[in-house]
Amino acid sequence: MKHILFLFALFIAAPIYAQTALPPAPYADRQLDDPALEKKASDLMLTIRCLTCQSQSIADSNASMAGDLRSQIRERIAAGEEPEQIRAWLIERYGDWISYEPTDDPLLWPLWAMPLLLLLVGGLLVAARIKRKRKGT
Amino acid sequence: MIAELGLAALWLAAALALLQCVLAGLGLTQSRDDLLSGVRPVAVCQALLCALAFLCLILLFLRSDMSVLLVAMNSHSAKPWLYKFAGAWGNHEGSMLLWVTVMGVAGAGVALLERTLKRDTHMATLGAQALISLGFYAFLLFSSNPFERLAPPAADGQGLNPLLQDPGLAFHPPTLYFGYVGLSVAFSFAVGALVTRTVDAAFARAMRPWVLTAWVMLTIGIVAGSYWAYYELGWGGWWFWDPVENASLMPWLAATALLHSVTVLATRDALRAWTVMLAVIAFSMSMVGTFLVRSGILTSVHAFAVDPERGSFILALLAIYIGGALALFGARVGTVREGKQFEAMSRETWLVVNNLLLTVILGVVLIGTLYPLMTEAFGHKVSVGPPYFNRIAGPLALMLMLAMMAGPLTRWRRDKPGLVAERLIWPALAMAGIAAALGVASWGKIGLLPFLGLVVAGGVALGSIVPLGKRNLRRTPLFVWGMVIAHMGCAVSLAGMAADSAFTTEKLAAMKPGDNVEAAGWSVTFSSVAPVAGENWSAMQADMIAQRGGAEALLNPQNRFFSDPPTTTTESAILTRWDGQLYIVLGDALDDGRWQVRIWWKPFVTLIWLGGLMIAAGGVLTIIGRERRGWLLKLRKIHAGDWG
Repeated sequence: MKHILFLFALFIAAPIYAQTALPPAPYADRQLDDPALEKKASDLMLTIRCLTCQSQSIADSNASMAGDLRSQIRERIAAGEEPEQIRAWLIERYGDWISYEPTDDPLLWPLWAMPLLLLLVGGLLVAARIKRKRKGT
Repeated sequence: MIAELGLAALWLAAALALLQCVLAGLGLTQSRDDLLSGVRPVAVCQALLCALAFLCLILLFLRSDMSVLLVAMNSHSAKPWLYKFAGAWGNHEGSMLLWVTVMGVAGAGVALLERTLKRDTHMATLGAQALISLGFYAFLLFSSNPFERLAPPAADGQGLNPLLQDPGLAFHPPTLYFGYVGLSVAFSFAVGALVTRTVDAAFARAMRPWVLTAWVMLTIGIVAGSYWAYYELGWGGWWFWDPVENASLMPWLAATALLHSVTVLATRDALRAWTVMLAVIAFSMSMVGTFLVRSGILTSVHAFAVDPERGSFILALLAIYIGGALALFGARVGTVREGKQFEAMSRETWLVVNNLLLTVILGVVLIGTLYPLMTEAFGHKVSVGPPYFNRIAGPLALMLMLAMMAGPLTRWRRDKPGLVAERLIWPALAMAGIAAALGVASWGKIGLLPFLGLVVAGGVALGSIVPLGKRNLRRTPLFVWGMVIAHMGCAVSLAGMAADSAFTTEKLAAMKPGDNVEAAGWSVTFSSVAPVAGENWSAMQADMIAQRGGAEALLNPQNRFFSDPPTTTTESAILTRWDGQLYIVLGDALDDGRWQVRIWWKPFVTLIWLGGLMIAAGGVLTIIGRERRGWLLKLRKIHAGDWG
């Protein structure tokens, strides 16, 4: 009976144990030794959104999920992956929303065209006015 | 009892705003002086009643009256008094009440202080101001009553978000609101001038102090908000392109453009229609910002759809006021005479370039902020963030800085390009020198944008003092000093931003007491960690000793725990030196007795906020300079027997 109780207790305890023993994110707040790799990783982190916070990148967040992602990014960079590969992997897992870096989705083209268009139209308006005025004087 | 008094005062104030509108409207259309003479006293009474309502709310918060729903939801009896006080506007209803109060008081200011405008324009302005207030009174009374009772009263309140329990943040929202509301006054002036067809230099001079004041307030508000984010969030970032930040940046950009175009209108009687348009845009941006922040649409389009009442209300107000103003603009723009003409090489041209670039940046920030909402409506969630904004707004801002350097060195009306180039020689040499030095010292180590930022900052810093070059400094008018200091502030701030992003050193470490870490010439020793307690929090506090070149300093970063509501925050410890800040954060404890410690050395980062304060100080000097001139002119008129 004792044994069964013990086993039962283990059975209950196991998932709880597993939860605390989840591999802790070792590189959440630990830099890579190679400064070049660390720079690659931290540049990428600055452009990955923390999904559980409001408008922060995972590089500026205390959320545990952000820590996990930081750790994964550092590990993958250390393993020789390129930042853009990692971004693609993250987007595949979490959707476009996770990347602050706009993708080449046609839906985003107006976003890039708009400033140029504004500058062009405004510039033409100003230029036309000044020219016309010169003729007038 | 206090809550009921407050509510009654609020209803009365709303009724007076309606009266003010009707008096101004009827008085102007029927040319009845008896009606118009009532407008100013009504405006003052409305302000007093509204201020009374706001005082009632503050009193309720100070007394922790838990029978009032708003207090129970947002306060707690164990909070320090400062945060009880500031808690009055640290929530939706209270902040909207603050909004109408400031608006009422500003209206009373326009009623009492304005003496240069034609009477009809003045009355139309006050009518427009009351009309805007009326919408916000309706919003408060019908959908966000701050004085709602809770029966039975709560045992205690739910507390204020600990992140907001900070002296800086207690006064950050009111400052911004003063700015937003100041722009509402500019908007009312524009409407008044359109109604009475008097868009001219006199109108610009009457509007200018309000625009300047609003702009100074917005500047201070943004600088304070940025510094708060920097030290409170604990990651050393000072601007996140967060929609809430953008909501305060957009009115600032519009106000900056407006204060330059209003100067062109006041000095040269040019850019008439455009200045009126900008006044409309500037207040629209304040309302858009309020809508974005208050409607909850930012978290998600769906959050907005679940509880659309408040959002829809503000959206309706936005549509009515902006739509109405634009319709009026469209109807009257034909009667606005074309302003004076100007030459291609003139100060006017540089100011138009300033307006163009600021407007484009404003467009970029606006569309970038709204874009995710639009794509989400199409079922596709994307993020628009720092990479986009920095890449687009950064170069535009640098061009703007170059225009800012050339503008004050060019004469009004007409100038010779050769002469302008001659005056720009020293700044140009400075830029070339900095570019060469930086290029040799850190080629490939720093990004292009920070590199250009440092180069341009050097040029603008020098260029901003050139206008003083040939002047007798003691006779230089105060508003010229104001301009020089504000422009210099832009350069200082830019230098800080560029230096921070180019040269920051980051060190993350797991440390136990006794450990030592080296970072950027600093040696940081973790000597001990111990619990401490505050009024409504407990914390683990570390003693860190930072050494550089023989000098020692003690830093005490904390990991704080608040019980109501339960939250953990990190309180960073910051050591300021002339050449930058050492920024230390104590993170979580690890299983093996070590602590996560984050250390940054941020060279010249303080320049960002120092520059911001210089910009605001420049604005204040300009207000004093301009207004004092007005006072002197008035005195001279009185001397000459002209009481006009």
